[in-house]
Amino acid sequence: MLRFIARRLVSAIPVLFGILLATFVIGRLIPGDPCQAALQERATAEACAEFNAAYGFDDPIVTQFFGYVSDVFHGDLGNSVQERQSVTDLLIDRLPVTLQLSAAALLIAVVVGVPLGVLAGSRHNSKTDVATIVGANLGVSIPVFVLGLILQYVFALQLDGTPLELPASGQLTPGVIPDPFYEVWGLSHNSLFEFIANIDLVNAVLIWRWDIFVDALQHLILPAVALATIPMAIIARMTRSSLVDVLGLDYVRTARAKGLRERVVIARHALRNSLLPVVTVIGLSLGTLVGGAILTETIFNLTGVGKTLFDAITGRDYFVVQGFTLVVAVGFVVINLITDIVYTFLDPKVRVS
Amino acid sequence: MAIEEIPLAEERAAEAPPPERRQRGLWRDALRQTFRKRSAVVGAAVFGVLLFIALFAPLLAPYGEREVLIESEGLAPRTEPCIHLSVNWIPDVPVLSTLESFLESNGFSCSPSEPQHLMGLDGNARDVFSRILYGARVSLGASVAAVSFAVVLGAAIGLISGFIGGRVDNGMMRTMDVLLAFPALLLAIAIVTARGPGLFNAVLAVSVVTIPVYARVIRSRVLSVREQDFVSADRALGVSRPRILSHRVLPNSLTPLVVVATLGIATAVLELAALSFVGLGGDPDTAEWGRMLALERNQLFTSPHLVLYPGLMIMLNVLAFNLIGDGLRDALDPRLNK
Repeated sequence: MLRFIARRLVSAIPVLFGILLATFVIGRLIPGDPCQAALQERATAEACAEFNAAYGFDDPIVTQFFGYVSDVFHGDLGNSVQERQSVTDLLIDRLPVTLQLSAAALLIAVVVGVPLGVLAGSRHNSKTDVATIVGANLGVSIPVFVLGLILQYVFALQLDGTPLELPASGQLTPGVIPDPFYEVWGLSHNSLFEFIANIDLVNAVLIWRWDIFVDALQHLILPAVALATIPMAIIARMTRSSLVDVLGLDYVRTARAKGLRERVVIARHALRNSLLPVVTVIGLSLGTLVGGAILTETIFNLTGVGKTLFDAITGRDYFVVQGFTLVVAVGFVVINLITDIVYTFLDPKVRVS
Repeated sequence: MAIEEIPLAEERAAEAPPPERRQRGLWRDALRQTFRKRSAVVGAAVFGVLLFIALFAPLLAPYGEREVLIESEGLAPRTEPCIHLSVNWIPDVPVLSTLESFLESNGFSCSPSEPQHLMGLDGNARDVFSRILYGARVSLGASVAAVSFAVVLGAAIGLISGFIGGRVDNGMMRTMDVLLAFPALLLAIAIVTARGPGLFNAVLAVSVVTIPVYARVIRSRVLSVREQDFVSADRALGVSRPRILSHRVLPNSLTPLVVVATLGIATAVLELAALSFVGLGGDPDTAEWGRMLALERNQLFTSPHLVLYPGLMIMLNVLAFNLIGDGLRDALDPRLNK
C-alpha cells in the first residue's frame, strides 16, 4: 500500500517539472512586450531597459527559467503588473471564490448525480431509466455558458419578485461587506486567515451572520448549478451503467437467491462495487470544473481564478498567467493523485497489479 | 421455469442448423448495431439535418450571412421575430390563423406588411435565422477539422510511442501527461492568445489540447495488439516495422479511436463555442454560434431570442455527436454486447 502510494508520488515528479516548464513557456509565448503592457504610455526606452533589468527579462532564456523555478520554490510567483500586487496575494484573493464555486458544483453533481444513476440503474429500461438517460444526454450537451444565461433569464428576470428569484451576478449583494472573521475574533492577520475569510460562506458562519450566509448562498446557487450540470450528467450516466454491469454479476444473483430484498442487494452489495469507476469520473470532472469556471465566472461576474486568468491572458499579465496556470495545473495533478490513492483504498485489486 | 425444457448445450448445437457465417464486416455490423438504438437514430437524424443545413445554407437562408438590413427594410436592430404563417400559397386554414393570433398575442406580433424574420434581427440588423443556418457550416466544419487533425497526430504519436516503447514511449507519454495536466479550455485559451485570435487558431488550439486523448487510446491498443500472435508471426517473417504498424496494428486499433473521435467532436464543438464566447474565435461578422451568443449576451433580458437560438443550436450539435458516439461505443465495445 505505502509502496504503491510512494511510487505514484514519484511518478508525479516529472509531470510537475513538465508543468513548470510548460507554464514558463506559456508565459513567454503570449505575444506583446511585457514592458509595454506594464508601463503602457510611460514605456520609454530607458524605462523599459530598467524594467527588463529589474524583472530579469534581459537574461538568457535558460537563466530566466532557472530563476523562475527558484522563485517558485521560494513561494515567489512575481507581481501582477495590472493589479499592482503580488501574484500570491492575488491568489489569496481569487482562489477562494473558485474553490467555493467548484466545491458547491461538485457537491451538487455528486449528491444529485449518484442517486439519479442508482435510481435509473436499479430500474433498468424503466421509464425512470429512460428519463434519466435523456436528461443526462441533454445535460452533457448543454454548454455551461448557455445554461448559465438561461438560468439568469429564468431566475433573475422571469421569477423576479417571486420567492424563487435569485441574483444574476456577483458574490454578494452590492453594499454587503462582511468583516473578516479574524478581525471580529480579534486575531492577528495572516495569509491563511485571509484565505479562509475570502470563502464567503465559511466567513459568514465564523462571524455568525446568518443574513450574509443566505445572501452568499443565493448568489452561489445559479453559477454552481450551471457549472455542476455536465459533471452531474456524466456521474449519473457512469453510476447507472456501472450499476447495471454489477447487477448482472453472479454474486448479485447469489444475494438475490438468498432472498435478500432488492433494496439491500443494491445498497449493501452492488453499489459499493459499482461506485469504483464513479470515483475516477469524479476526479476527472474536476478538470472540466476549472475550465467551466472560466466561463461561469465570466457570465456571473465572479472574480475568481478563471476570470482573473482570462483577464491576465488577454491583458498580457505574464506573472499572473504563469502563477495561476501553475497553481491550477499542480492542483489538478494533486487531485489525480488523491483519486488514485482513494481508488486503492476502495479497490484492493489495484494495489496488487 | 421448467428446467427440463432447456436442452443441453451439445444437444442445442446438434439441433440448431449451423449459423450462416456471412462475412458482413465489422463496420457494417457495428452500424447496424448502432442504429438499433433509438438514441443513436435521433442523433444521426439531428446530424443529418445539421449537415443538410450546412451544405445548402445559401439556398435555404432568406438573407445573406453578413447582410445588414437596416437600410433595405427600415427595421431597427434587435427587431423581435416576425413569423407569417398564412402564406399566400397555402389555403387559409382556420388552425393557422388561430395559431397566428396566438403568436401575435405572445410577442411575435407583426403586421402582414412586415417582412418575415423567423428569429428576429441581431444587434447589427442582420437576419438571425439566416446566420443560424450559415453557422452550421462553421460549427460542423471547424469541429470536424479540429478532431481530424488531433486524431491523425494523436494516432501517429500513440502508434510510434506504443510500438517503439522504452525511452521514446516514456518521454512522449510524460509529455502527454503534462498536456493533460492543464484544463483543456485553459490551455486552448493560452494557445489562441499566443497565436492571436481567429477561427483557424481556435481550431488548432482545440485540436492540440485533445491530441493526448487519442495518443493514449491508440497506445493502449498498440500495446495489446503488439503481443498478439499474428504480429509475432509477421515479425518472424521479417515484415518491416512500418508495414506491421500500418497493416496490422493500426486497423486493429481503429474501433476505440472511432468512438473516442465521435465523442471528441461533441467536445470540440463545445470548446470552439466557448473560445468564441470569450472572444477568441472568428471575427464578429462570421456567423459562428458561440460568437453570435457572446455578442448579444448583454441583451439577454431585453432580447432573449438572440441568445437562446444560437445556444440551442450549439446544444443540438453537441447532442447529435454525443448520441452517435454513445451508440457506436455500445456497438463496438464487445464487453457491453448482450
